[in-house]
Amino acid sequence: MVAQNIGFAIIAIIMVIGALRVVTTSNVVHAALWLVVVLAGAAAQYILLAAEFVAITQVLVYIGAVMVLFLFGTMLTRSRIGRDSGLNNSYAKLGIPVAVVLFVAMALALSKSFGTEKLPSDGSLVTTQQISDQIFGPYLLPFWALSFVLLAAVIGAIVLARKD
Amino acid sequence: MLVNQFLFLAALLFCIGVYGVIARKNAVLVLMSIELILNAVNLNFVAFALRNGNADGHTFALYIIAIAAAEVGVGLGLVLLIFRNRRTISLDDLSEMKG
Repeated sequence: MVAQNIGFAIIAIIMVIGALRVVTTSNVVHAALWLVVVLAGAAAQYILLAAEFVAITQVLVYIGAVMVLFLFGTMLTRSRIGRDSGLNNSYAKLGIPVAVVLFVAMALALSKSFGTEKLPSDGSLVTTQQISDQIFGPYLLPFWALSFVLLAAVIGAIVLARKD
Repeated sequence: MLVNQFLFLAALLFCIGVYGVIARKNAVLVLMSIELILNAVNLNFVAFALRNGNADGHTFALYIIAIAAAEVGVGLGLVLLIFRNRRTISLDDLSEMKG
């Protein structure tokens, strides 16, 4: 129990530092690499939450595919590699009070509704077989919709990005 | 482990992502901030799946990952198109909708 909490704390601190660097760094490539740290930390938290299939999917899809897309996007739009002072809006300071107020509101709501409720430590673990039974059982219709969304996204991206 | 420690981490990531969407001007960085927000949501889903002891949260988290991948693909396609037409991806320069 204690070891889990220590692991959680270390990963959480790394994730928060990484997320802050993503939104504050003045280098687009560094932002993408800090995003890798946050996504890998999220995968580690999923393992801590006994969701190994989601964790592996996170690594494959996010760190494998989405990050490559981001780096390609950075490269193809010829964002300046290296420091770039023009990455923030003129009203960037406005974001700080918005984020702080949002966090305070959510923190109040969370501590009021969940307090010190513990996660079950001896509950039955969710197996990958159960997830597939869910996807191909009660959630089959969203799965079909998702397939069409992915197909439309692939075709749309090709149509948008090709040169005529 | 408390339920709240995961929910607080997710809330913090969500707020950092919201700050990024507001503060950033580069379109690629705005998409990265949106990824932060989607990851915060996923963390909540998986935490609640463990709390409730069923696989619904895992299923939703997987669907969100797939939607996020599609969103990044189309989003970067749009950014590339904007860059090709304007030679810039600064969101402040796309101000035609302003009266």
